[in-house]
Amino acid sequence: MAQLNPEIDHLLRRAGFGVSSEDVDVFRDMSPSTAVSYLVDYEGRPDDVDARIGRPDHAQIVSKDLFAPDIDIDDARQRWMFRMIHTRRPLQEKMALFWHNHFATAYSKLVADSGTVQAAKMLAHKPGTLRGPQGQIEIFRKYALGNFRDLLLQVAQDPAMVVWLDGKSNTKGKPQENFGREVMELFTVGVGNHTEADVYAAARVFTGWNLRKSADYRQDEYGDVNAYQEFAYNADEHEASAKTFTFPIYTNGTRTIPARSESEGMQDGVDLITALAIHPETARRLARKFWNFFVSEIQQPDPSFVESTANVYLQNRTEIRPVVRHILTSQWFNNPSMRHARYSWPAEFVVRAIREVGWQGFSLDTVKSPLASMGQQLFEPPNVGGWPLGADWFSTGTMLARTNFAATLAASQKQHLAAALESDGQTPQALLAAMLDRVTPAPLDAAPQQALMAYLVAAGTWTGSGEQLNTRAAGLARLLVGSSEYQLV
Amino acid sequence: MRVSRRLFIRDGVATVTLGLAAPSFLSAIAQAQGVPSRRLVVIYLGGGNDALNTLISYQDGAYYSRRPSIAIPAGQVLQVGSDAAGNALGLHPRLGGLLNVFNEGRLALVQRTGYPNSSRSHFEATDIWGTANPQSSTGSGWLGRYLDTLPRPLDALAAWNTTGETPRALLSGQSGVPAIPNATSYNYASPNRGAAATQERAAAQAMASSPATGRPHLAFVNATSRGAIETLDRVAQARSYTPTVTYPNNGFGLALRTVAGAIVRGIGSRVYWVETGGFDTHAQQGAAGGAYGNLMGSLGDGLWAFYSDVRNQGLANDTTVIVFSEFGRRISENGSSGTDHGAAGVMMALGGMVRGGLYGTAASLAPGNPTLENNSGDVRHETDFRAVYARLLDQWLGVNSVPILNGDFRAGAPAIF
Repeated sequence: MAQLNPEIDHLLRRAGFGVSSEDVDVFRDMSPSTAVSYLVDYEGRPDDVDARIGRPDHAQIVSKDLFAPDIDIDDARQRWMFRMIHTRRPLQEKMALFWHNHFATAYSKLVADSGTVQAAKMLAHKPGTLRGPQGQIEIFRKYALGNFRDLLLQVAQDPAMVVWLDGKSNTKGKPQENFGREVMELFTVGVGNHTEADVYAAARVFTGWNLRKSADYRQDEYGDVNAYQEFAYNADEHEASAKTFTFPIYTNGTRTIPARSESEGMQDGVDLITALAIHPETARRLARKFWNFFVSEIQQPDPSFVESTANVYLQNRTEIRPVVRHILTSQWFNNPSMRHARYSWPAEFVVRAIREVGWQGFSLDTVKSPLASMGQQLFEPPNVGGWPLGADWFSTGTMLARTNFAATLAASQKQHLAAALESDGQTPQALLAAMLDRVTPAPLDAAPQQALMAYLVAAGTWTGSGEQLNTRAAGLARLLVGSSEYQLV
Repeated sequence: MRVSRRLFIRDGVATVTLGLAAPSFLSAIAQAQGVPSRRLVVIYLGGGNDALNTLISYQDGAYYSRRPSIAIPAGQVLQVGSDAAGNALGLHPRLGGLLNVFNEGRLALVQRTGYPNSSRSHFEATDIWGTANPQSSTGSGWLGRYLDTLPRPLDALAAWNTTGETPRALLSGQSGVPAIPNATSYNYASPNRGAAATQERAAAQAMASSPATGRPHLAFVNATSRGAIETLDRVAQARSYTPTVTYPNNGFGLALRTVAGAIVRGIGSRVYWVETGGFDTHAQQGAAGGAYGNLMGSLGDGLWAFYSDVRNQGLANDTTVIVFSEFGRRISENGSSGTDHGAAGVMMALGGMVRGGLYGTAASLAPGNPTLENNSGDVRHETDFRAVYARLLDQWLGVNSVPILNGDFRAGAPAIF
């Protein structure tokens, strides 16, 4: 009982993770515009999802030790999966995933620098649980639909990012270009809109943006979980001379950040970040990324979409919420030809499959290895550019991982599926129709529909017995979730 | 930094039409491209192998003075003669398997391989060995660029990666490599057993064979899905192989056994990628025994089993194995009876066509010697690793190394073939 109507289904696939049995009552009588508001203005919904971890009627979490999602990366991954499945604020989690890819930061490099506990904490610490700053993913949640300029500043001062892009070695004597380069190339204006000279200048701008260790910090695997590193501006290492860029830094058109005393030099970075956030090319680049994330990966971004979205972003002083609202209510998003025009990310695929097929007794620790085989280990993007998206998700190995995950999930839900579909089991046709109401691939052509019917008929004379339903409902769920059509969202 | 596989995707879409031909289509390609042909098995020792304790310059007094607790006693090394500069050398005592290959004249040991300004970061150094470009740790890999030279459409099993994630070396713009960490679990899972599972797989294949007319993106995913199903049966053939020798019962041994199965069954893969880790021996690494001894034992025993098995099958002359690590380690042991990240390492090549022996010259480990760098802390490279790659590409795989390596590195390449 997952499908509502085509508009709402499309909206929930894109601005959430598909329709679960929990959503049906919520969205059944909603108009599309009400549903957009419901998703976008998510502060009206309680953020109570973590409190529901451990409930028997939710997906299960299995930890190798005491569940410690603030300091253990596998537990952090399970908590995030749980949130994506059960949140009452699906768009917030969806945007957290978007920003995780946009500001792609990998656990493994943090481990090399700080050990497993601190690395996990830098990425996933929920503020208030332990001492020290929030983890990076919490920044993405907090600013999911927030102000992009503020988000960029938070990210630039995020300990995980400082370690990830080598801010710790960005010193006056030897400016380190890594962050200065990527903040332009990947996080804002993109290739072609800045020069190598801009990279050198940006590296100098961020000299002294460093970390400070808490007094109890020890550089080993098992340091105190309350120890932490936090952002600290080191004025002694700031290169204080003026920095000139090829684009305006200030609204009066000035391209030079003035020489400042070391103690005031942190303002350099704030000025550059503000300039980059309000740069029209940043607006266009985000618009194109949003096109791929929300609208289509099959059609190129429509230039008028890019311009209108960029304008909304700039007119609203880099606020993302009006941008996403604009997109979700736009003619492009709501054009029926855009439905199923994206390739689902592995995390999207797994979460949607669980939400549609079922989660009863399903342990989220079992998704770690399949997700890695599909090419998307959360908190472990391949590099700062994020995951290769779209068709790049698909290879023989990753496709096999997707279909085999479908089998694992279907096997775990066998009896639940049979029970839920009992009244629809009189004929193979009715069973297929009922399953297609629950599990939502892109429209099936005649040939795959015939293959599915052939599979059901191969059971022999159809009696709708418990045994037949048990076997064939699970097999059907496996075939649909593992189908090519299901990979398109 | 970002590797796009878009060209591969375009090819993937292109194969849709072709792939609809006969079910045997892909294996026909495999035959055309791969059988009979030469294979390269690449073994990556993850973590930075301590080359100085792999191939030991056991008459160098500084070796003993700088490694008081981890040096291998001269009396225990497995002697392999002297290099061109007259340095007497011996293998680690647990490398008896490799000594056998050496004594058959089929193991080449290339000393002091590396590159200028060697990276001491695992992350970056591993990527540099992958890109074959010391100036860039991002972009496509040298083996990926080799695969790009093979005729299209590329067989889905042109290369076989036995690890879960694609290493940089195998990344390319046009050639996808399946990740098959374990042939036993590379299979088609079903929630059911017996006839229902068989019927389910048939249905999945039929669904993926749908032409998806007018829906090229769906057709692309279908082609990928079909490729996976077709690959399954070929991998299953490799899985059913019964080796002629007993492989060590560890991950490395089992990976090599799988590779041998694929070679003997004529799967047709040109390149196999195998990794074995644990070489980041910062603490308590041991000497002849201990942690490092176990690493050497597993390496030597695994390679000997593989070499013997492939030779017994009459396929040694079609098979070359190379072994490398991202860097060597510091000369002096540290305060924890281990070694930190260093520079040049040792590469190995073994196989029926390999011209065995000692290549290059050992470093002289006394401080101040020009064979050292980093204030005499590390071994300076003598042979550029890309020269070894060049030799493999030109002389073994039979392609022009220059475009693949973005330069001519043939000069000074060790004559291992």
